[in-house]
Amino acid sequence: MANKLIGEMNLHKRISNIFAARNIITAKDALSMTEFELMELLDIGIKEIQSAVKLISEAASPPCLSAQSLLEQKVENEYLSGHLPTHLKGLDSALCGGIPFGVVTELVGPPGIGKSQFCMKLALSASFPKAYGGLDGRVIYIDVESKFSSRRVIEMGLKSFPEVFHLKGMAQEMAGRILVLRPTSLSDFTDSIQELKESILQNQVKLLVIDSMTALLSGENNPGAQRQQHQLGWHISFLKSLAEFARIPIVVTNQVRSQNRDETSQYSFQAKLKDGCQEHTRTYDSHLVAALGINWAHAVTIRLVLEAKSGERIIKVAKSPMSPPLAFPFHITSGGISLLSDEGTELKGPGINNIHARGHSDMINFNGDCL
Amino acid sequence: METSRLPLSSSIRGKLISAGYTSLSSISSVSSTDLARDVNITESEAFEILKMANQVTCSGSSSLINGAKNAWDMLNEEEALPHITTSCSDLDKILGGGISCSDVTEIGGVPGIGKTQIGIQLSVNVQIPREFGGLGGKAIYIDTEGSFMVERALQIAEACVEDMEEYTGYMHKHFKASQVQMKPKDILENIFYFRVCSYTEQIALVNHLDKFISENKDVKVVIVDSITFHFRQDFDDLAQRTRVLSEMALKFMKLAKKFSLAVVLLNQVTTKYTEGSFQLALALGDSWSHSCTNRVILYWNGDERYAYIDKSPSLPSASASYTVTSRGLRNSSSSSKRVKMM
Repeated sequence: MANKLIGEMNLHKRISNIFAARNIITAKDALSMTEFELMELLDIGIKEIQSAVKLISEAASPPCLSAQSLLEQKVENEYLSGHLPTHLKGLDSALCGGIPFGVVTELVGPPGIGKSQFCMKLALSASFPKAYGGLDGRVIYIDVESKFSSRRVIEMGLKSFPEVFHLKGMAQEMAGRILVLRPTSLSDFTDSIQELKESILQNQVKLLVIDSMTALLSGENNPGAQRQQHQLGWHISFLKSLAEFARIPIVVTNQVRSQNRDETSQYSFQAKLKDGCQEHTRTYDSHLVAALGINWAHAVTIRLVLEAKSGERIIKVAKSPMSPPLAFPFHITSGGISLLSDEGTELKGPGINNIHARGHSDMINFNGDCL
Repeated sequence: METSRLPLSSSIRGKLISAGYTSLSSISSVSSTDLARDVNITESEAFEILKMANQVTCSGSSSLINGAKNAWDMLNEEEALPHITTSCSDLDKILGGGISCSDVTEIGGVPGIGKTQIGIQLSVNVQIPREFGGLGGKAIYIDTEGSFMVERALQIAEACVEDMEEYTGYMHKHFKASQVQMKPKDILENIFYFRVCSYTEQIALVNHLDKFISENKDVKVVIVDSITFHFRQDFDDLAQRTRVLSEMALKFMKLAKKFSLAVVLLNQVTTKYTEGSFQLALALGDSWSHSCTNRVILYWNGDERYAYIDKSPSLPSASASYTVTSRGLRNSSSSSKRVKMM
């Protein structure tokens, strides 16, 4: 609605002509300026500006919904009331039924922990027929790190949904619904997601997976970190509106990096509150953090952290508007990720965002790699 | 006072000054016809200018200062103002009873600390009827990030209704209290939800709220979740951003006073380089931090969530712990050291 034309907003003819003459064509042009700036630029009185801005604002402001009608819409229009089940019972119930439609969900974790496995399983369950708890739609899988393996997907399908996959031609049909894109650079990626917008609506696409967001950036030769943030700002904004507009779940993955020691996670007033003594112990506790910074972390709606702690893989609901901070141990079988128990343990404190990789190297038999 | 202080368009102002009308006193003594002839404008325009000039000069003479209130009256008014409870009594205590109406309160914190939870909780709590010590108002929820989860709002609303029923059950022993009429459905019905997809829409909506609230009486809280998101992505010219933001802040303040409602702005955090180290700070920069009346920062202290009053003209700076449970915001369970005054 930001691009609505001022000429079509029932402004007084004379006033709208003045706006047009100064090249203020859309609501965005007009509202990006303060009223006084407009007064200077258009050379008309404050009263007329105020009434014009009022009319423009009214036309450009989004419609109002009550939360109740929002809920009813969701229940009525959306299959499974707007969630894509992960087929992990505990996680599904924590997230009110699965990965919700219309928002961006992020997976963070160290390499080899199972992010891509999780994504492939999701892709599979979205492509499944409705009778078997799927969404019966296409999946677009943007595979930046070249980790997607069709063989693995079919293996997972055979193991976890044997009754479907043993039907003749089913494996081909299911796998045929997963479209894999392999962009090579950020600009490549930018172009393809812009093109996606239309095809998502036309082609019954029910899930978009981006594995991973970080790899796109690291491939890019960017001098300033500031610039990086800015670029991704556009992407997350676009992805969010895409998710909402098409009412599909979007799943992105994010890599990890080690935390720099001088990077404090404190406010200036906190230092004053305490007498530093306890604080020093924390700064030397080396752990991993998500590779994309705090701006990105604010922008995703749900963050799932996958980590390894003392030889056990754990999936944690680190940020979610509807679930408490829960942790579930899991392992990876030939059928994909499965939870060891459906009862999550509730975690307290900011530790939910820490990402451990300890004991992880033993599990995947890295030689001579000590963490 | 000078003519250039009047809110006039630049051409008329130029005409006035070039005709010699530089001070307000020079204008106030002429008639509109004379002014129109001297300055070469239409009579109606001249009349408007005179009206404006009169307003400005009159405000100085009649009843000491026009539009001013004395501090004693203000105190009485403030004491009568209701507060919206956060459902966490420790937090209410440091906030002086809850989020105060007719103020702009900014709440910020790291991702996952519970900003959206507070937003949803407040939009439910504002509807607690007067019999139960609430406001019986309605809520406007402006969602810029798409993180409002209606399922979660339903959970919190259900818990709220249960709590009220429990309370009536308790009161029943003493005198006949009315049954809880409210259903979770009604609570959701009274949350007006706006999904904002660009900063233009955000500005437009803030401008439009005045009219919307006049049409829908009883709106007692406006929650913006978050104020930051679009302004962080789409702006190139930071000076322009500051100007637009401060105009928006003024409009929020005006709304808060005019309809005596609480405005709650949720803000994100950023890292800031000061005195040789990186520290967390609320986003949108230093000039923005002046524009809110109260500022609350949510942070992790060990394993507990804490809220800290960073800025408030009337409250001492203090911190209190809280937790987010499946029923919504509540007191922290470990009650050893609850409220810390500083």
